[in-house]
This record gives sequence, structure tokens and C-alpha cells, in this order.
Amino acid sequence: MTGTSPAVVAASKLGLTFQTNDGPVQALSNVDLTIGKGEFVSFIGPSGCGKTTLLRVIADLEKPTSGTISVNGMTPEQAREKRAYGYVFQAAALFPWRTIERNVALPLEIMGLSRAEQAERIKRTMDLVNLSGFEKKYPWQLSGGMQQRASIARALAFDADLLLMDEPFGALDEIVRDHLNEQLLQLWARTNRTICFVTHSIPEAVYLSTRIVVMSPRPGRVSDIIESTLPKERPLDIRETPEFLAIAARVRDGLRAGHSYDD
Amino acid sequence: MNWLKPSWQGVLAIALCVVAVVLGAMSKPEAAALADTAASAAYPYHATKLLMMGLVVVAALVSMIRIAPLIEAGVLFVGAHLTAWLLISGIGGFEGTALAPYYLLLAAAWLLGWRCVAVLSDIRPAHKGSRTALRLVIPAIFGAWILIIWEAVTRGAGIPFILLPPPSAIGARFANSLPILGADVRQTILKAVLFGYIVGSGAGFITAILADRVPFLRRGLLPIGNMVSALPIIGVAPIMVMWFGFDWQSKAAVVIIMTFFPMLVNTVAGLAASGHMERDLMRTYASGYWPTLVKLRLPAAAPFIFNALKINSTLALIGAIVAEFFGTPVVGMGFRISTEVGRMNIDMVWAEIAVAALAGSVFYGVVALVERAVTFWHPSVRGG
Repeated sequence: MTGTSPAVVAASKLGLTFQTNDGPVQALSNVDLTIGKGEFVSFIGPSGCGKTTLLRVIADLEKPTSGTISVNGMTPEQAREKRAYGYVFQAAALFPWRTIERNVALPLEIMGLSRAEQAERIKRTMDLVNLSGFEKKYPWQLSGGMQQRASIARALAFDADLLLMDEPFGALDEIVRDHLNEQLLQLWARTNRTICFVTHSIPEAVYLSTRIVVMSPRPGRVSDIIESTLPKERPLDIRETPEFLAIAARVRDGLRAGHSYDD
Repeated sequence: MNWLKPSWQGVLAIALCVVAVVLGAMSKPEAAALADTAASAAYPYHATKLLMMGLVVVAALVSMIRIAPLIEAGVLFVGAHLTAWLLISGIGGFEGTALAPYYLLLAAAWLLGWRCVAVLSDIRPAHKGSRTALRLVIPAIFGAWILIIWEAVTRGAGIPFILLPPPSAIGARFANSLPILGADVRQTILKAVLFGYIVGSGAGFITAILADRVPFLRRGLLPIGNMVSALPIIGVAPIMVMWFGFDWQSKAAVVIIMTFFPMLVNTVAGLAASGHMERDLMRTYASGYWPTLVKLRLPAAAPFIFNALKINSTLALIGAIVAEFFGTPVVGMGFRISTEVGRMNIDMVWAEIAVAALAGSVFYGVVALVERAVTFWHPSVRGG
């Protein structure tokens, strides 16, 4: 547990083994992790290190086979029933038969909010992700970056206090990615949500996070947890400061250690 | 030679005219008249033979000059269709006497029609209305030529009426039997086909949802559904007539059996068509079975469901008509076809076939239009 904030996610000795045709595959082993309220935690590691699986276990999309995990003091399933999660996938996963505003309204409809309440929240979240004016467009009429922003708006539209993002900007180009990273930090500062963010990119992880969880594969496990010493206010050019580079170097070392295990 | 742009259709049409001139007589009476100049026998194309050939040659030549495509198409259209009309109207009274030049002229006119469609197909009008008009005109000319060649060949060669009546005779029969055809359409399409289609497709859809919801149905029902689809309709129809009587209800039952399975299979496939990511998304919202079905899985299944509706629109018509062969009151399209064949009224059979084709096309077209409106988002519809 970090500081005095209550734990949003608490995992201990967490393990998950998939039964495949080639025998059991240990996707997660012995993961101990506590995430406090309002933290921005990045999970970084090579493919197959279990970072997406860990996110899916937190969201109750996979069941762990050993160890315990709690979310807001409940099981992940109870937290899911209480709609604690906003999940942003690798692709935008917008429904093509719905306009952008109806896509953002999707969770609100399912949760049974009134029409007026829906309209109010749609307006607020569309402003938040800078998509005002595109409400009546269909997803396939927007660029990839705009689609991903719409999917973030959809995750923010309801009061999920835990935002789970699985490489949301992985398919976008560098410039768009920088821009969205900046916006995401502003969003995080404004909404005070807890964010779990899976990424491949060291600069992205260091730029965004208050804490970076370095993971390594076979079996998927946590190899290092790095506290960021960067201030909460982060302009894009903070990435050239020695402090930033020092943290990035530590993350890189952690990743290398994980890889050498493999060789 | 900038002003000239030869087309092989035009050159070939002129060549065919030359061959026709060399061969001489267009019909047997004309050949007889040429052989025996003393006798003043009447023969076809006495006055129009040169006119027709002139039309073809002039139209072909004009079309090969570099002029605006629309004018070129217009010249070709007039030349081809005026020649065809003269050819067909001229043979009246002399059916079955046509000789080779008759067919050569027909082929030459057809080549001009072909060139006309080819020119029209290359036009890319900027205006939306004219694009739509062009989209209708091109297949219309195409279809008209099928009828023209059918008419000219059946009459020129004197094909027996029983084997293949000319379209003009079918058209006349059609126009004279509108009340009978109307009654048949009411009986077969408005009662048996529509009722069976709606109930059969609806039942297939509901069964698919039940099979999706209840696992034991999925395991037990789908294999049996497979068997039902393999039932030969010829075998089932008489049994349905015994069960549900001679009137339209038994035909509707056959249609229900025929349309049930395509809908079942397509809906089951469609319900599995939504992506993993989308389903995981609904799961993170703690969305229940029915909200997920209505908001995600059914919209994603819509292209599959419409596919089944389109398949069923033609199956239903076939099923109802064939079922009427096995006992029916004295009205209905299948009844009419089977009895008129027996009475050698082949033109009436063709008139019923034309009605069935027309009704089937309209039915299919309506379903396809609704599909475009509902699945506007699908890449196959929005074109991207």
C-alpha cells in the first residue's frame, strides 16, 4: 500500500495457468501488487509477460488459478457487477452501427441512466477528450486516433473509479500518441481516477506513470516496481530531463534483466 | 484519322450486311420470287430490305466518327432498335420462312445494340440523377435484346408454339388474363408465400435465440434442424396437403419448412459474429444476456439475418408454387402452371413464370432495400 490512500487493487501470490493443447502455460506467477487510489500505474514488459493477462484478471475477464486479488475490497467479480471498471482495449471497439455519441452512451444505457443524465454525461466526456462536434459521426468516419479517444470517452462516461487501458495507443503514430498521452495526463489530473496502463513503450510508461511495474515472461511475473520521482505536472519536454532519463534507464535495466533470464 | 474511332462491333455489323446482300433472299418466298420472276408472289421485306441494311450501315458508320458519347449512343440505339422492329414486324405472316440474311441482319442490329450499351457503360456522368438513370437504362437495353432475339428467332425459324412461344404472344396472354393472374397472385403469394415466409423466418429466428440461450437445445436441436433442411420438398408437400387441406394453409406449411432452416443456421452463425473485444467490453459493463443480445449481438448478426431473408424470399416462392402441384383449389400459380401445361396453353405457363419472376424480383428487391437501410454501417454496404 502506498501512502495513506486505500488500496484499489490488492493482489498477493496471484497466479494464472492456462490449459492449452501444448500443456499448461503459466501466464502469471506469484504476483504481489498493491495499487492505491489515484495512482497511475504502467505495466511494461515484452510480449508474453502477462501484462494484459494481469489487467484482464483485475477486470474479471480471466479467473486466477492461485493467490488472491481484491478490487475496492471486493472480489473482481463483485467489483465488475458494481461497474467499477472502465476498460480501454487495444482497438477502439466502437460499434459501427452507433454514432460516436451513442457509442459513448452505451454503458450509460446498460446502467439505466435517464436520457437527460446521459446527454449531460455525453457532453461532458466528449469535451474531456476534445471530440465535441463529432457526436453524430459514425466511427468509420473518424481517424484511428479519434476513434481511440471516443473509446476513452466511453470508459470515462460512467463513474468507474478504475480505468484499465490495454495498449490503447499501440496502433497510432508517434505524434498522435504524444498528443493523446498529454491529454490522458490532463484527464487523469482532472478526474482523479486510478489508471492501470499496459504499454510496450518505455518513454510512454515513464512519462505517464506514478509507478512503473516491470514484468518479465515465462512465467509472467513482476520483476521490478519503480516509483516515479517526476512531478505531477509534466509537459512533453520533461522527457529530455536527466531525471526522466534516469528512470527510463532503470526501466530498461529491469526489462534487460527479464530478457537475460530467457537466454 | 483523328475523327475516326473504329469499333469492332460497327465494322462487323457492316460486314454482316455485306454478306447478307451477297446471299440475297431474306426468306423462302423471296427466294421463290427471285427464281421465278414471272410469278408475282408476295414476300416479306419487299420495301424495307434496303432500308434496314441502310440503317445498320449508316448507324455503324456514324458511331465510328468521333462525336459526343451520348449522341453516339443515341444513333446506335435508334439504328439497332428500328432495324429490329422492322425485322420482326416484317416477318408477320411469313413465320418460319427466314433464311440466313435474316439472322445476319438480326446479328448486325444486335452488335449495334451491344456497342450502344458499351458506349453508355463508359459514360461517367457527374450528376447523381443521370447516374441513376444510366444504371437503369443499361440493364433495360440488355434485357430488351434478350426479348428481341427470342422474338425474332422463334418467329423467323417458326419454332412450334408448344416448345417456345414468342414473347409477344406471352405478353398478349398476360394482358388478356390479368384477372386470373391477379387471383393466382393473391392465392399463392399474398397468402401462402407471405404467411409462410414470415412464420418460417420468424420461427427460425426465435429458435436460433433459444438455441443460443439454452445449451441443450443447441446440442440437440441444431443437428435435427440439419435433417429438416435435407427433407425433400417434393416428398413433404403431399403430406402437408393431407394435414392442412387443399387451401393455402398447406402451401404455407411447406414454405415454413423451407424457410425455417436457412434462418436458423444464419442467425446462429450471426450471433457468433460479434468480436471478442466487443463482448469483453459488454462484460466489463456487467451487461446481462438480453442487453448484450439487443445492443451488440443482434446488430452484429444483421448481415447474416438479411442473408437468410434474401435466400428465403426466393425459396418461399419456389416452395409455394411446387406445393400447389399436389392438390389445390382451382386457383394459384402452381395450379395454373400444372393445368395449363396439360391443356397445351404454354403461353399462359410463361405468363405465370413471368409473374413469378416479377414477384420474386420485387420481393428480393424490397428485402435488399431494407437490408441497405439497416446494415448501412457494414463495409459491404458503405463501400469501405
